[in-house]
Amino acid sequence: MSIKKVTQHPTQNEGLIFDRSQTGRVGYRLPKLDVPETPNALPAELLRTDGLDGVPEVSEVDVIRHFTRISTWNYSIDLGMYPLGSCTMKYNSRLNEKMARIGGFAGLHPLAPETESQGALELMYRLQEDLAEITGLPGVSLQPAAGAQGEMTGVMLIRAFLDHRDGEASKDRRVMLIPDSAHGTNPASAALAGFTVKTIHSTPDGFTDMDHLRQLCNEGGVAGLMLTNPNTVGIFEKNIKEICEVIHAAGGLVYMDGANMNALVGVARPGDMGVDVIHLNLHKTFSTPHGGGGPGCGPCCCTAELAPYLPVPRIIADENNAGPMSYRLEYNVPTSIGRVKAFYGNFGMMIRALSYIYTHGDDGLKEATETAVLNARYVSKRLENTFDKPFESDCMHEAIFSHKNQSKRGVVTLDIAKRLIDYGFHPMTVYFPLVVEGAMLIEPTESVGRADLDAFCDAMIDIDREAQEDPELVINAPHSTRIGRLDEASAARKPVLRWKPDMESMSQMA
Amino acid sequence: MRYIPNSPEERDEMLATVGLTDAKELFRSIPDDVKLSRSLNVTEPMAESEVIAAMEAMAAKNTGTSKPSFLGGGVYSHYSPTVVDHLIQRSEFFTSYTPYQPEISQGTLQYIFEFQTLVCQLTGMEVSNASMYDGSTAMAEAYLMAQRVTRRDKIVVAKSVHKEYREVAVTYAQHGDTEIVELDFDEATGRILDTSALDDKTAALVVQSPNFFGCIEDLESLAAAAHSVGALFVVVVTEAISFGSLKTPGACGADIVVGDGQSWGVPMSFGGPHLGLFATQEKYVRQMPGRLCGIAYDKNGNRGFVLTLSTREQHIRREKATSNICTNQGLIALAATIYMETMGKKGLQEVAEQNAQKAAYAKERIAELDGYSLPFSAPTFNEFVVRGPRAAVDVLGSVCDKGIIGGLALSKYYGGRENDFLVCVTETNSREQIDALVAAL
Repeated sequence: MSIKKVTQHPTQNEGLIFDRSQTGRVGYRLPKLDVPETPNALPAELLRTDGLDGVPEVSEVDVIRHFTRISTWNYSIDLGMYPLGSCTMKYNSRLNEKMARIGGFAGLHPLAPETESQGALELMYRLQEDLAEITGLPGVSLQPAAGAQGEMTGVMLIRAFLDHRDGEASKDRRVMLIPDSAHGTNPASAALAGFTVKTIHSTPDGFTDMDHLRQLCNEGGVAGLMLTNPNTVGIFEKNIKEICEVIHAAGGLVYMDGANMNALVGVARPGDMGVDVIHLNLHKTFSTPHGGGGPGCGPCCCTAELAPYLPVPRIIADENNAGPMSYRLEYNVPTSIGRVKAFYGNFGMMIRALSYIYTHGDDGLKEATETAVLNARYVSKRLENTFDKPFESDCMHEAIFSHKNQSKRGVVTLDIAKRLIDYGFHPMTVYFPLVVEGAMLIEPTESVGRADLDAFCDAMIDIDREAQEDPELVINAPHSTRIGRLDEASAARKPVLRWKPDMESMSQMA
Repeated sequence: MRYIPNSPEERDEMLATVGLTDAKELFRSIPDDVKLSRSLNVTEPMAESEVIAAMEAMAAKNTGTSKPSFLGGGVYSHYSPTVVDHLIQRSEFFTSYTPYQPEISQGTLQYIFEFQTLVCQLTGMEVSNASMYDGSTAMAEAYLMAQRVTRRDKIVVAKSVHKEYREVAVTYAQHGDTEIVELDFDEATGRILDTSALDDKTAALVVQSPNFFGCIEDLESLAAAAHSVGALFVVVVTEAISFGSLKTPGACGADIVVGDGQSWGVPMSFGGPHLGLFATQEKYVRQMPGRLCGIAYDKNGNRGFVLTLSTREQHIRREKATSNICTNQGLIALAATIYMETMGKKGLQEVAEQNAQKAAYAKERIAELDGYSLPFSAPTFNEFVVRGPRAAVDVLGSVCDKGIIGGLALSKYYGGRENDFLVCVTETNSREQIDALVAAL
């Protein structure tokens, strides 16, 4: 069984909604106003006078057809393998969606009295407990809205801890060490916490360069290290304990980017490695949907030492004599870095993540990790004779290759990625991390069975053959999509970022 | 595990292919002293029916959802047409990734383009990004952008901006050069009248309208005050339904509009996920944070959409990026887009009018009660402050005992306002509910 090459998908053309608009069409009905009308409820000078010019007028059927049609132009996890390295595109269960839509959750106002919100607080408390157990780090805040905000929170905790510990002298400790293979959000988040960045080299075999790390620590001023583990080339940093010891000896703290936790859940815990603080991506490891780019949820887990600095409000569970636990929000934590988001975080994502943990349980979480790693290892093995494998070490949950073998014939990573589309797969992550030229980072996740992995590997091997026999076929890919490669450079030079009435209509559409 | 497609036999065969006999060997590269030698102390695997029972039991303790409610304060109860939640559950939308591969992401990219257009139309601005986490973080980003644009560091922000928003902005700004000055509101009107804190070091004047008390600010005067010292004028809007009625911030002279789009068909969901709005003028587009979607053409001249101007962003600029943000609120922006298009030009106006009318009715009824008054005289949209005869916490507590969540006590947000509470009335509150509230007070 294999998907093999796809033929062009029979999609309908569909313009912008503004092209469908016809004066007088409506797609809604509200109940009649049931209160006596107050004349001039809003003074005339405060009212808009443009009649919402340009806002479309369409029927409900228009809306359904419009969005259903454009949806068919998207690839999605439910269609097939989505092997984006460092993104963990795993199955998004329908059960989790259903749980998030329970009226008692979805309809709850965040400022309802705590006595009226006990279930929501209990759910958050339980998720915190589970994430603390999974990471081995007891302090948890669910507030950060996404991974990058979790990172920002993490480095701000480090900053607050150092300011508290060192007082004035803390200003001489403002260097954040970040490997050259890190996600771009790491340095951007460090900058927000007032740190300057020094880059640590990787060794030729894909590990953090310990000599360089020591050298940078000896230069002084080190506030901490931001490390991804397994690192972004998919290799576990075997010296992790020593790395943490070196940083701690230099007076700094270790932040771990949790993007790759899908390789570790149930197998190893950052807290046991010496890590001080980590953020998790619930939209990766805990399967809350990526939703075409968000929303995420990026909880921050830390040591007991760092916990006093976590964002407010904190959730407190009070033991009651005889009765069940009760929960409340504590706002008065003077050491806290403050609030990073209004209210309590992306609660809807927390429900889904807890539903994921409940469904998997202890055994299932470990099985998912094992399967994710096995799948990547399998891809790595099957492709190692065809594609250049830049590192010898066993990969964890993602396999990395470069285009070295194919680029000699003019076929580069981007071409291979685009040609994969013609075979029915979403491309892998390309050109990341930057330390590997023409990187292809493949993360199958546990949600793919052997048959699909084989189809994917076969496609990759076919593309390599095409690159030798007919490179133009690959260079001009994709051939099966409704639109070809888009000229992104021109788009950025003269950006058109919104529709306007004088814009050409769908006649120019693909 | 039912989400894992391989049988035990397939798994063993795959292990053999990679030269292993046991799954434990997959983790040989992890040193033993950092491996977990026990099972995780979480629940045992649960059946679907067991998960549902556990979740429903927790949800049932959220008794706040079964009572008529007059809570606002940045999160609003509005009716969301059925098509909204139906369409966002299409696999192609909710199980897709960020549209970095435009050839197979045109669905997502097109709705982002429509979203950006609708936000521009409703706010009266020239460009909008693909959305931010929420209103509070969008406001924090507006501080930082105003500093980049003006090369000044002083932010003058009204105390009538949502307190949690101001707190988030303080967190974001605490390690930079930002100097934040808070501006008092006028006790009689509830509006910002005194702008004397503005000076030639000011990067931005930041106000919310309708503000946290529901009062609609005189945006045109405030814009003139900000511009007279060369500062940007930033308008925060937490109630997006108000755009259907009120003169747009853009028409009043705003340079940046930020806010939250939760009101556009998105469930309250205990405070998130919601939708950060960020719109500005074209000349500032390269200083904006967040993703932007634009038109592009393929070599055959076919029109499509791509993420563009990414040289502002962290994956290219790293520590010099305009923001560390990496996601947008994709699926929530989709919900808002479907909401705005379904309601359409007429619906967005009608729902706004209903909110204003129902709130006006409630405001008048409550003001007639003995011992109750309205401390602020400025016009309001769908929220207003009531001053009660005794501590608001007690008043609302006894209303709650009668089965109604009557509003939000302001003592938690402003010292010296023990008797004041904020009442929000939307199209979802029936006259019967309003009359019951009035009777319960």
